[in-house]
Amino acid sequence: MSPLLAQVEIRERTEGTCVSDNGFCPDWIVDNFDRYVDPFLQHVLLTVVAMAIGFVISFSLALLAYRRRWLINPITQVTGVLYTIPSIAAFFLLLPVTGRGFLTAIIALVAYVLLIIFRNVLTGLDNVPDETKDAGRGMGLTDRQLLWRVEVPLALPEIMAGLRIAATTTVGLATLAFFAGAGGLGEQIFADINFKSNVVAAGGLAVALAAVLDGAILLAQRAITPWTRAASAR
Amino acid sequence: MNDFFDAIDFIFSERESPAGGARVGGLANMWELTWEHLQLSGVSIAIACAIAIPLGLWLGHTGRGGFLAINASNVGRAVPSLALIAFFVAYIGVGFTNLTLALVLLAIPPILTNTFTGVRQVERDTVDSARGMGMTGTQIVRRVELPLALPLIFGGIRISAVNVVATATIAPLAGVVTLGDPIINVNTYGDEGRLAAALVVALLAVLTEVVLGVVQRAVTPRGLKLEGGSRWRRLALGMPNDRREATT
Amino acid sequence: MTSSVSAHTSGPSARHSAATLEFRKATKRYAGQSEPAVKELSLTVPAGEICVLVGPSGCGKTTAMRMVNRMIDITDGDILLDGQSVRERRPAELRRYIGYAIQQVGLFPHLSVADNIATVPRLLDWDRERIRARVDELLELVSLDAAETRDRYPAQLSGGQRQRVGVARALAVDPPLMLMDEPFGAIDPINRERLQNEFLRLQREIRKTVVFVTHDIDEAIKMGDRIAIMQKGGKLAQYAPPAELLMQPANPFVEDFVGSDRALKRLALQRVRDVDLWKAPLVRVGESAAEARGKVAGSEVPYPLLVDDDGRPLGWLSERALAGDRVTDERLSRPDPVLELEDVLRDALSDLLAEEAQYGPVVDERGAVTGVLSIEILSHALKADLEAVPSRADAL
Repeated sequence: MSPLLAQVEIRERTEGTCVSDNGFCPDWIVDNFDRYVDPFLQHVLLTVVAMAIGFVISFSLALLAYRRRWLINPITQVTGVLYTIPSIAAFFLLLPVTGRGFLTAIIALVAYVLLIIFRNVLTGLDNVPDETKDAGRGMGLTDRQLLWRVEVPLALPEIMAGLRIAATTTVGLATLAFFAGAGGLGEQIFADINFKSNVVAAGGLAVALAAVLDGAILLAQRAITPWTRAASAR
Repeated sequence: MNDFFDAIDFIFSERESPAGGARVGGLANMWELTWEHLQLSGVSIAIACAIAIPLGLWLGHTGRGGFLAINASNVGRAVPSLALIAFFVAYIGVGFTNLTLALVLLAIPPILTNTFTGVRQVERDTVDSARGMGMTGTQIVRRVELPLALPLIFGGIRISAVNVVATATIAPLAGVVTLGDPIINVNTYGDEGRLAAALVVALLAVLTEVVLGVVQRAVTPRGLKLEGGSRWRRLALGMPNDRREATT
Repeated sequence: MTSSVSAHTSGPSARHSAATLEFRKATKRYAGQSEPAVKELSLTVPAGEICVLVGPSGCGKTTAMRMVNRMIDITDGDILLDGQSVRERRPAELRRYIGYAIQQVGLFPHLSVADNIATVPRLLDWDRERIRARVDELLELVSLDAAETRDRYPAQLSGGQRQRVGVARALAVDPPLMLMDEPFGAIDPINRERLQNEFLRLQREIRKTVVFVTHDIDEAIKMGDRIAIMQKGGKLAQYAPPAELLMQPANPFVEDFVGSDRALKRLALQRVRDVDLWKAPLVRVGESAAEARGKVAGSEVPYPLLVDDDGRPLGWLSERALAGDRVTDERLSRPDPVLELEDVLRDALSDLLAEEAQYGPVVDERGAVTGVLSIEILSHALKADLEAVPSRADAL
């Protein structure tokens, strides 16, 4: 029942090879790549699900708080506390309630990103110029039309920036998800923490995942906000 | 709910370890772990500040190295703390000093980025007038840019401090016995011990955040606080006004 | 509304609907303030006319304008659009039939020029083809190249271009009423004049009912068919055509606000198109010099004016240009100041004086010369003006 205790891998102990000298062994990584595939996929799943749920909740909260300003403080405080509580502690605080597994990990990861996305959505909306809103209303857009056709599109750069931050940090935190029994690349790191090649492989995959997500969101942002690039060319 | 009562009990009363042999629990034990935790965190943050703040001030004042300073945080965020610690353990070894090195590296990016941005977002006119009044570069940094950048700098310190306190939880992997010990070595401390440690860590993190928040408010020049509104709120959250940061 | 929004994609030359607007003791009071922002404003704007609301800052002119489309709620009294109270309709719906152009324009940065203009048509569910045609039509109307501008973003336009797009956007569904709040306020003076002239030209064609807010009395006199001068406390000081305002100010405030140079301001009551211009001796390079000399002799203007193939002025020619058989390009001076038909006489005089010129060529909207204006013509106009008060409404 204790996957937490380090599982020492039994490797081929041949004198004088890269592995036994505990160097950085690309060959070993290539040969043993399969062991990283599942954890990687678990990691991706954890990240994507946590981001999706976190986004839905935060975005809704932000839309609410945008119209009812008095909500901003309480929401910020609560999400702030959730943000501050270290995920690893959160996994275990949730243990008695939700047990071990995917759900616990997701709850903790979602709790972490709420503040980031909430404040970025809110800031993005607040940054919409007053005269643009005035013009929109004056032209006959209802509040709802103004929100979805003008304010949210204009807030997108800020929102996507928040998503990028959330994505990279979630990938980082998901490496600890194995503490909650949810697998992920962290489990691989922990399994053989002294073996350099292992650490580099698993850690490297995590960093790569973070970089890819960051880049993907950035590209998506560029694609859906063409006007931000059009600033020059007069 | 019983579990939580058991955990609270663990904090206050010593008992026999489930694995046998040692005594665990009780205030003395908890304090030992907490103190180690605080020491590790404190030293790391202090060193990180000593490196990142002067560097950030200098880069911000001269306007150079912007790319580095702003993206330091982005890169730093992408490296999971567990991987960083494991990397250090594998390549450099265990122990307080080595681990501190890893934590310092973890703590530098947010402080550096926020210090840099904090200096850059001081109004150019303000700096101009200072220069026009005859202040030297150092004086400008010390008397104008630094005070005005303080809220953001402290925002960065807050973020780093909470990160470090959280990461210090997995310090036992590198041989430093912090509050993470009951979590990682649950057989020695038992389930109540693990939950107790989780509670204390969470508390510690929140306390760090709150205390530094108070300090941040205390060191903010009165004039900035009076400006009020969302600008202050964002600065307090450690979020720069600069959209460049958001859209790189 | 008895006058409905035209359901046809009519070209600029077709008849457009314009509504009458009536303020009936309209009042706006803000809580906690002793003085109302707008106090019992009563005036009627006949269909197809420009009513300018002008006054010092804080006089309530913008508030009054925004009460029409209910961006600000009416506390007391009423505002009637073609006889129907604006309070009877849902605000969002009401506003779709009123053109709205504000000082900072407020273009949507995330939409192209075409999409910006198409906003209200889309709200009214026009079909795509109709919208496309209308967008192009409007861009041409505000003197922008449709093909070039249509897909640009606001960030890529100059201030003047943005203003024009703002006006086009306000005209999108051919609304019976336009509200304009200092629309040319944020533009530099040279372009402002140009935009004012263009708008007046536009108004000749489409004849909308317009409520135009400005703080600049000169702009008011130039643009307005009727002017409503407001003073602090939201009170209406005088509501009259510009000529009446200048000749018979109702009280000391109006006198003061209009300014002590009332006589000179009267020159703003007439436009270059209203006076008889001198015939311009237009010559082209390569023309027969003898013919050219004949033209000069038959004109009151002593110098020949060189024009290009489109009739645009290039410069005044010297004697030597006509010395040989053919006209050569021997210029004496630049053609400046080049004046436009819509310029008011006051501005034309000021331009001539600035260039220290006796004469200036007058061009139409295509830039081709239609005549020459001189200081002499202006002084005649001023003298005649002092003898009789012409009203711009008469000249139409």
